[in-house]
Amino acid sequence: MAEIAEGGGGQSKGKKRAKKNSTRVDMTPMVDLAFLLLTFFVLTSTFSKPKVMSLVYPAKPEDNPDVELPKINNAITFLLSEDKIYYYSGQYYPKNAPGPEGPTKLEETNFGPNGVRKLLADRNAYVLKGKEGLDKKLKSKSIQDSTYLRMLIDFKKHKEALKVLIKTDDKATCKNFIDLIDELKIAEIGVIAPVDLLESELQLMKEKLK
Amino acid sequence: MPKIKMPKSSPSIDMTPMVDLAFLLVTFFMLAASFRSSEPVEVDVPSSISDKIIPENVVLITIDKGGRVFFNMSDPEARREVVQQMIGKYKIRMSSEQVEKFTLMSSFGCTMQELPGYIDMAAEQRKRASTKGIPLDSTNNQLKDWIFFGNSAAMNTGKTAFEEAKLKGDNPDPNDFKPKFILKVDHKSVYVHAQNVINVFRDLNLNNLNFITSMETAPL
Repeated sequence: MAEIAEGGGGQSKGKKRAKKNSTRVDMTPMVDLAFLLLTFFVLTSTFSKPKVMSLVYPAKPEDNPDVELPKINNAITFLLSEDKIYYYSGQYYPKNAPGPEGPTKLEETNFGPNGVRKLLADRNAYVLKGKEGLDKKLKSKSIQDSTYLRMLIDFKKHKEALKVLIKTDDKATCKNFIDLIDELKIAEIGVIAPVDLLESELQLMKEKLK
Repeated sequence: MPKIKMPKSSPSIDMTPMVDLAFLLVTFFMLAASFRSSEPVEVDVPSSISDKIIPENVVLITIDKGGRVFFNMSDPEARREVVQQMIGKYKIRMSSEQVEKFTLMSSFGCTMQELPGYIDMAAEQRKRASTKGIPLDSTNNQLKDWIFFGNSAAMNTGKTAFEEAKLKGDNPDPNDFKPKFILKVDHKSVYVHAQNVINVFRDLNLNNLNFITSMETAPL
């Protein structure tokens, strides 16, 4: 396909000269092809391997209603609905069995930086402070990576670390759920438990939604 | 006044540097490309700050916007083992070619009864096929069987891979070779759909799950 372009220039009549062929090759077809391939590969290649976020679900309780769930202290429960998020702290007290501060009331928050993130940062200050200290130690090389990870896990398992329960109603989307988990990971929450929503909690949420 | 003579230059430009660059890029993309396998369903995953890359030996469950469930496994050997066990359990007739074809397929979302027909379709047809996803209700929980057999098969192939790595003299971590369970959910899908699948995993006592997410920068 490639043709040799003839060098420009007048050919004088009469005198026989050796034909001066230019050494230039017409590269246009090759360039066409190269760019075609380039476009193809750019469009079809996926660069980044997808990322994963791991989440450990609590084991299914045995079918034994007599076993009472252990009392949770220092916990926060998030209730998710479609793009809405509510929470309450500590134990749940239904209306017919109010706790020391009356029945549980839901508080509304949002997915913005001043909503859930701030709330979690405040509540989980113990772990975040501990992590900050560890980060400093790691930077100054006074502890090793493995020690750092071990100590961080110890912090997350500590009694004062915040535990989070997540309950979703049937309108919450996966995006809401993952967003919340994401916020929890940012706030270094160690114990995350997605659990089933109670009927009375659903009622509370419906009242809030109105 | 003498005429100004314009130098006669040929209109062709020297394209060599451009060609060099183009080929350089072609080579780069060719070598760096990992092709997107054609999936029967498009799923937009939610984003998170997680930077863990997807592990090697996986059982992948895709849940689309409408809540249809698709199953996939990364290891062809494990796929063969699984489909043979499923054929045995559900008493489906499948030729050895179909089994072979299945090992090279991507995700699928159909009942065991529909599977032979689904395998015979071309990739384009599969995309249009209106399958209802793998059934997971309590009366016909095929997903549970897929996951159960998938887990044991992937465990076996993981074990062989681990032994091989050991023979090579590396110091492999056995946890890297254990099958991981990945959920790929559409961000618009209702969480209840995901919850149904998660409950199947929990019934099988597989509580450590992973969600595929796209990367998002972490706040400082």
